[in-house]
Amino acid sequence: MLPVEMIVNGERRRGSVEPRLTLADFLREQCSLTGTHLGCEHGVCGACTVLLDGEAVRACLMFAIQADGSEVTTIEGLGSPDGELSTVQDAFRSEHGLQCGFCTPGFVVSVTALLKENPHPSDVEIREALSGNLCRCTGYQGIIAAVHRAAEVSQ
Amino acid sequence: MSTSTAGRFVGQSVKRREDPRLLTGHGRYVDDVMLPGMLHCTFVRSDAARGRIVRVDVEDARAVEGVIAVLTAADLNPYAGDMQPTMLQGMPGAPLRPLADGDVRFVGEPIVLIVAETRYLAEDAAELVEVDIDVEPAVIDVEHALDDDAPLVHPELGTNLGGEMESPIAPELQALFDGDNVVRRTFRQQRHNPVPMETRGIVVEYEPNVGELHAWMSTQNPHEAKNAMARVAGVPSHLVRVEAHDVGGGFGQKFFTPREELVVALAARRLGRTLKWIEDRRENLISANHARADVGHCTFALDDEGRLLGAYIDHIEDAGSFPVGATGGAGQLVGLLFTGPYRCPAASLRTRAVWTNTSGRGAYRGPWMFETVAREQMVDAAARQIGMDPLEWRRRNVIAMAELPYSMPTGLPLDMVSPSETLEQAAQIIGYDAFRVEQQRLLAEEGRLVGIGLGLYVEPSTGMMDPMGTETAVVRVNLNGQVTVSLGTGAHGQGIETTMAQVVAEELGIELDDVTIVQGDSAVTAYGRGTGGSGTAVIAGNSCRNACAIVRAKAIEIAAHLMEAAPEDLEIVDSQISVKGTPTRSVPWREVARISYLETARLPEGMEVGLEATATFKAPPFSWSNACHACTVEVDRATGVVSILRYVVSEDCGVMINPMIVEGQVAGGVVQGIGGVLYEHFIYDEDGNPLTTTFMDYLLPTTTEVPKIEYGHVETPAPTPGGHKGMGEGGAIGSPPAIFNAVADALASVGATIDRTPLSPDAILDALG
Repeated sequence: MLPVEMIVNGERRRGSVEPRLTLADFLREQCSLTGTHLGCEHGVCGACTVLLDGEAVRACLMFAIQADGSEVTTIEGLGSPDGELSTVQDAFRSEHGLQCGFCTPGFVVSVTALLKENPHPSDVEIREALSGNLCRCTGYQGIIAAVHRAAEVSQ
Repeated sequence: MSTSTAGRFVGQSVKRREDPRLLTGHGRYVDDVMLPGMLHCTFVRSDAARGRIVRVDVEDARAVEGVIAVLTAADLNPYAGDMQPTMLQGMPGAPLRPLADGDVRFVGEPIVLIVAETRYLAEDAAELVEVDIDVEPAVIDVEHALDDDAPLVHPELGTNLGGEMESPIAPELQALFDGDNVVRRTFRQQRHNPVPMETRGIVVEYEPNVGELHAWMSTQNPHEAKNAMARVAGVPSHLVRVEAHDVGGGFGQKFFTPREELVVALAARRLGRTLKWIEDRRENLISANHARADVGHCTFALDDEGRLLGAYIDHIEDAGSFPVGATGGAGQLVGLLFTGPYRCPAASLRTRAVWTNTSGRGAYRGPWMFETVAREQMVDAAARQIGMDPLEWRRRNVIAMAELPYSMPTGLPLDMVSPSETLEQAAQIIGYDAFRVEQQRLLAEEGRLVGIGLGLYVEPSTGMMDPMGTETAVVRVNLNGQVTVSLGTGAHGQGIETTMAQVVAEELGIELDDVTIVQGDSAVTAYGRGTGGSGTAVIAGNSCRNACAIVRAKAIEIAAHLMEAAPEDLEIVDSQISVKGTPTRSVPWREVARISYLETARLPEGMEVGLEATATFKAPPFSWSNACHACTVEVDRATGVVSILRYVVSEDCGVMINPMIVEGQVAGGVVQGIGGVLYEHFIYDEDGNPLTTTFMDYLLPTTTEVPKIEYGHVETPAPTPGGHKGMGEGGAIGSPPAIFNAVADALASVGATIDRTPLSPDAILDALG
């Protein structure tokens, strides 16, 4: 077992982990942050996307120990502590960008990262940026509309 | 036309109340349930499609520190009750069993269950289990499974024919088929999978001195799960509780209670421990219900003007080895609905469900949708054969509203539908005629292949099967007037907490925020049918209406007594019960609620205390909904890649409760159809080895492949209260043939033909020669 320490959603978290423990399992089981979902565990579906030092990464493809010393933001860390939704979260709600909600945390985190890097993406840029996240319910219609809305609102 | 019946809440695109928790990571899916003392399960599965189990050595696995139990068929199977779903008890089906015993019948069949302190340890132990299988030839190709020399999937059944229904071809129909104006085609639809983003899973606790088996499960149908677990695990059903909080999609795969969940429940009962099993994606792809996998040999007889005179389909569905929920699940409806929205004097059918050594077939969003695939593709083939535009063919043959009710040739009564109207609306929105002109220009001037396709269907949602047609609602008014409604539904993305609250707030005349829907828990809801089969709006919605009617009448009676008014003069508006036309004479809704519980002396003489009602709704056998899908595509002649240019759906689901949610359901179904036609293919090699076991190989549509979907709405209210019709499945029913027909249309201009899906680039290049 190895000691690990990281800042998760602004709080310092310390743990003792097996080298093979994934970041996703660390977040879900040791930090009780179950908003990070596992849809494939092989890095294709994007449901487990979190921000690692501001970059969108797949928490199923990283070991917890690799995040030692990093700053991690999960879906739980994007809204306000009082429950107010972030701009991206609110846009997803307004545009019906989610149904079952299982892929949603990964999309919201990915979109948050996208808009930080590119505040005014074109439709093509949005589609390319999100092509690594799978949704089975919405047909992506509301998701793409939500990104456009979030970009407009942020302007 | 679409908003004429909108009410304060019903008909409004109100935002979903499920969303804030799901958007912030505070949903509660089954894998989020973590209990004290919880152990973790994994399965060791067969890597052979068919063969005898010679040896299962679990000693090394048992020796792993942290492994609590390693269970084989001998440990579980003798204790298992009947695994067939409740509504199918006593009907013919596959010989279901918890763990493989003596032989294996598909790759992925569970052989050993490992229980350990962590998932990681359970998987370590699974690696140490040694299974020797004497591999035997397997039956993989459904079209050869009925050959005389085909091995038997289930030797105890003596045949690979799992079920058959046939209506012989009458002599008059045969005479038509022997004539000159006959179209014959065979269409094949490939095996693909529902693929909910959340895999299956269960947490189940059982402690002998408590005696209750309590499960949390990713299910569409908590009451069925309760009854199935009670039977299989041998626990009295009143001591079984199943909860499903948030469920990450199902699409039919989670409607009945699958084998693995039942095995884990049985193991928890035997061990007296709390167990968790979360399926991984590979397991979901290889061993959860597969779907589609159909072959249809079709015949149309036409008159000289292209009118349909007779139709026949000979349908084969691949039922796999251990289908969940029925033998195959689709065939009878494929046959019965084959002529769909078209006038047809005579039809006949044969459907067969056939066992193969593959993963079992199960429900997937419109399980019978091959009737629409086969018919709509036949329509285009027929139109091309006689040199008529497919839109014109449909206009000549589609049943007009004035002809309703119409008895389909198989006897099904078609009524309250608008196929002609949706056909015209879809053609108008997509600009059908203008596209035809542009299509010719693009081919002539630029050599580009573009095509247009239509998919027209009618869908018999709701009560065809009796157990699927009823629901019970409990509407309970709290002391302060706020309302708790409990339903036996199992929402998995449909927004039921929102739509049913819209119905209740509308019926009671109170605020939407004053209504809460409780569902997904067998212990606090009355028995219900679960969520599936496009049933919630009609069936749950009307059980809510019926319960609200009782509550409303009682509240008005109390208010009338308090105000010394006549009940028939009162109405409920904005949470005030007032005299019609004299809003100043009123009593607040919440005051009536309080008095009903706490000041019972003020109630009318003899009235029962409280403000609550339980009511059921029994749906009629058919609540037809309908839609027309239209799309345009471009086929890249060099690469074989198909791109969808535009996609239009004109639908009629009667009165919409929430148009935003209706369009969301349509969009999701359409994109599943796009996946099914262009990308998704679960492939077995000839020995039955699955080749598409990850998302790198099993391709789902992504943001870069889907078009913007355009909608048109036609509203023909259903005859049931509220006027709603089922619509959850339709998007996935109309889309596959619309896309196929568009590609076929594009290819036809250069003389190329297609007859099967998926339309991969390789398949297109093959067709182009």
